[in-house]
Amino acid sequence: MPKTYAELLRDARTQVREINPLQAAQIREGDPDIALVDVRESSEWEQGHIPGATHIPKSYIEQQIEAAVPDRDRPVILYCAGGVRSLFAAQTMAEMGYTNVSSMSGGFQEWKGRGLPWTMPVLLTHEQKQRYSRHLLVPEVGAEGQARLLDSKVLLIGAGGLGSPAALYLAAAGVGTIGIVDFDIVDISNLQRQVLHTTDRVGEKKVDSARISITALNPDVKVVAHEEMLTGDNVERLIAGYDVVLDGTDTFETRYVLNDAAVAAGIPVVHASVFRFEGQLTVFDTPAGPCYRCLYPTPPPPELAPGCSVAGVLGIVPGIMGLLQGNEVLKILLGIGETLAGRLLLFDALDASFTELKLRRDPECPVCSENAIAARAAGRPLPVPSFGGDAFVLGGDQAGAEGPIAGEVGALR
Amino acid sequence: MSVVRIPPVLRAAAGGAKEVEVGGSTVGDILAALVERYPGLRGQLLTDDGDLNRFVNVYVDGQDIRYLDDRATKVAERDTLIILPAMAGG
Repeated sequence: MPKTYAELLRDARTQVREINPLQAAQIREGDPDIALVDVRESSEWEQGHIPGATHIPKSYIEQQIEAAVPDRDRPVILYCAGGVRSLFAAQTMAEMGYTNVSSMSGGFQEWKGRGLPWTMPVLLTHEQKQRYSRHLLVPEVGAEGQARLLDSKVLLIGAGGLGSPAALYLAAAGVGTIGIVDFDIVDISNLQRQVLHTTDRVGEKKVDSARISITALNPDVKVVAHEEMLTGDNVERLIAGYDVVLDGTDTFETRYVLNDAAVAAGIPVVHASVFRFEGQLTVFDTPAGPCYRCLYPTPPPPELAPGCSVAGVLGIVPGIMGLLQGNEVLKILLGIGETLAGRLLLFDALDASFTELKLRRDPECPVCSENAIAARAAGRPLPVPSFGGDAFVLGGDQAGAEGPIAGEVGALR
Repeated sequence: MSVVRIPPVLRAAAGGAKEVEVGGSTVGDILAALVERYPGLRGQLLTDDGDLNRFVNVYVDGQDIRYLDDRATKVAERDTLIILPAMAGG
């Protein structure tokens, strides 16, 4: 027997449990794990929605609900504008085996009318929705995560072997501001691994070359060029305002200078270094893990730590490590997953193996220990091993040829 | 015998070996046996007093010996020691 709309609606009401917005709000308060699904059209969602709701238009419920709510016994509340479409959607979910689905009577209209909280969704442009569509499909990123990336600022120390792949993928991912600290020019020997740069840009400044590649890939990204060498004198100014720093330098001095300033400023540093076929990777993000000085209180003598220009490197190794750094950056920005804070990952390209080591904070660390923090707050920072001159300029690509790094690693003011 | 993994920067001083099998029941014993076999490693791993250089970390089964018993850390048969020196290359 064909049924009228009124009969269909009556049937749905007998089969689906209905709750009003006040009840829905109470239930959510008592059980934050409950799934709230907005089944309205996109044009309605964009005018505002309940915070924390998942948006699946009614016409996509069958296709998308299993991915959004894999557990068929998880409690689900559906809502639409007035409480009718959510009833029919709930009926569909019951047919699919969902055991605990309610429909919110009165819908979003009544929710708002009762003064319950609602929020405006992040609006991406049409072009951004297309460009980042594969991110938007991932629940852990979505429109909110994408908006967060677009609003994020990442500083790359060095546009070299590690910084190049990271810069490209972070730009592609839509990180809104990418700062680059590099005083170097593009040399033809860089091109074996530094994929930001091109043959026709040999002799140009790396920051300019990087800007061309990044902007060509994604014009959403604002590139901030810092054409200078990171030193104790400028580090605080250079890192200020950035959410995360990606350390892709090739000297110990720069790494210590960066560490000390980043700990003081509370900015996480995603760290990697490479040698021939091997790489090390971690995240220095105190107090979640140690800082660079906890791991290596003093640098090795130069003959024990040659850089890439002396020892050579398989070009793909910094490529892999730089992308793993980019992965850590994205996780920190999005607030998802487990970062490598407190863990060191070793990569061996010849074995294709990863080894994980546990890192600990040094309770005596002159930079990140409780004592060091208190001393800094009191305006009397603890002394750190100080070194200057060329003893620790370890054959960075051009750094070695450029002479000693200016500035001294001293206590941060 | 325990396996000691030699980092790339130290391999030249260890006859090019990537891994070396060394006997000993503590980290100190094993490092002593290692530098005896490869004297070129001594200055790179140990201070004049025989302590581990601060720019080198040693891990036994993924744990830093400085947070275990340092050189007295017991090493079981078949444990792997990882020598981890600081690297700067980027």
